[in-house]
Amino acid sequence: MFWEVTLDLLKGFGTTLEVFLLTLLGALPLGLLICFGSMSKFAPLKWIMKTLVWVIRGTPLMLQLIVVFYGPGLIAAWAQDIPNPNFIIEWIATWEVFERFVAVMIAFIINYACYFSEIYRGGIEAIPKGQYEACQVLGMSKTQTFFKVILMQVVKHIIPPMSNEIITLVKDTSLARIIAVYEIIWSAQSFIKSDGLIWPLFYTGAFYLIFNGLLTVTFGKIEKKLDYYHN
Amino acid sequence: MAILEVKDLYKSFGSNHVLKGIDFELEEGKVLSVIGSSGSGKTTLLRCITSLETADKGKIKVNGNVVFDSENEHKLTKEEIKKNRLAVGLVFQSFNLFPQYTVLKNVTLACELQAKKREDYRKNKKQILEEINKNAKEILAKVGLSEKLNSYPCELSGGQQQRVSIARALAMNPDILFFDEPTSALDPELTGEILKVIKGLAAEKMTMVIVTHEMAFARDVSDHVIFMDGGIIVEQGNPEDVINNPQQERTKLFLSRFQDNN
Repeated sequence: MFWEVTLDLLKGFGTTLEVFLLTLLGALPLGLLICFGSMSKFAPLKWIMKTLVWVIRGTPLMLQLIVVFYGPGLIAAWAQDIPNPNFIIEWIATWEVFERFVAVMIAFIINYACYFSEIYRGGIEAIPKGQYEACQVLGMSKTQTFFKVILMQVVKHIIPPMSNEIITLVKDTSLARIIAVYEIIWSAQSFIKSDGLIWPLFYTGAFYLIFNGLLTVTFGKIEKKLDYYHN
Repeated sequence: MAILEVKDLYKSFGSNHVLKGIDFELEEGKVLSVIGSSGSGKTTLLRCITSLETADKGKIKVNGNVVFDSENEHKLTKEEIKKNRLAVGLVFQSFNLFPQYTVLKNVTLACELQAKKREDYRKNKKQILEEINKNAKEILAKVGLSEKLNSYPCELSGGQQQRVSIARALAMNPDILFFDEPTSALDPELTGEILKVIKGLAAEKMTMVIVTHEMAFARDVSDHVIFMDGGIIVEQGNPEDVINNPQQERTKLFLSRFQDNN
């Protein structure tokens, strides 16, 4: 029985890792875009981004999952009931429900991108003005300044808060079960129904612990690697 | 011909009028010291000439090229501004070295980026980079840091860091080198090594403008001294006259405080 459970949980953990990795892949760059947007001198863009970050950080991820999954279908149903639709309403009426996994990815990537954007912003704003001025008097362009001088220093600043957030992401993937995506918690829970076993659920903790242990060691190594200089 | 001309320069931050009509000229190969109490506008003057701030009114010419002119409608293009910027070097009070790079890389980085614009860069890349490296090493030897090429800024003393930042500015081969209180962040023991480097540059006829609180040094190294107070030049002339024998009451008061301290 133990091996059967382990194999089943491993399968579920595969989905957990998939959600985790794809979220990182999408949210790390998207977060940088949101960060630049929220620091933009163009006020409308800045306020749109600030509002987005406020809404996403101000509501539970579980709720966001539900909205992404059920929202489009509900809106489409509403649009279909409107008499004499114009072309926008007609288009909305064709909206379909996202696949479960796609809905999870959309909600997770947007949610984590917002958190990452704030970490990036903190990192960028921590760089002293003198660094920019030194680049300016040395004739560097803005792009050169950012990529050649600022970025490395930002990375060093943000590694500790990022590792925190990324470890939280590993555990947050368990929220995907709310819209019935078969990750590890779901796998464990199915043993309650089928075999009346509760211990597989406790057992999932070991999977999270081991994986987060690996992440902690990795981040520790990166931090050490960047320890050759101080800001 | 004057290598630096500043005419009737004004600059305010909101209602705070920091520069109220600054006029002076500097000949090539000469050293100018700007003295005055904190808040007198010395640093702002430097920042306007090095384009870190934009003045409100007046005219600045470096080596015959207009850097800033409020009268002229013609706006300078970005390329022109960049080119003008390279004609002046600036050494900061707080060094502002790049912490993630070695001493050598701090000095070569901007030169390498600049070299990318050269037409023959792709063809002679290796040779160009070697030349930049060689030049940087020579300059670092001149400021006495040959032993520290591969050190990181955080491993150096304040005096050594400031010498790296002087080398970094020199590597761009500027027409004029500006110093913004280069020794104010250093303890007196380390001040000496910076002053020695600046004296060495003066002997090589480098044109320099130095904002400083080191009166004895200003007297020794400068060809010309400007005393600023409240955003105007109160007194200027050769160093012996201004520092040893000031004519204006305001200058006398300022300098007497220094004599009391020493």
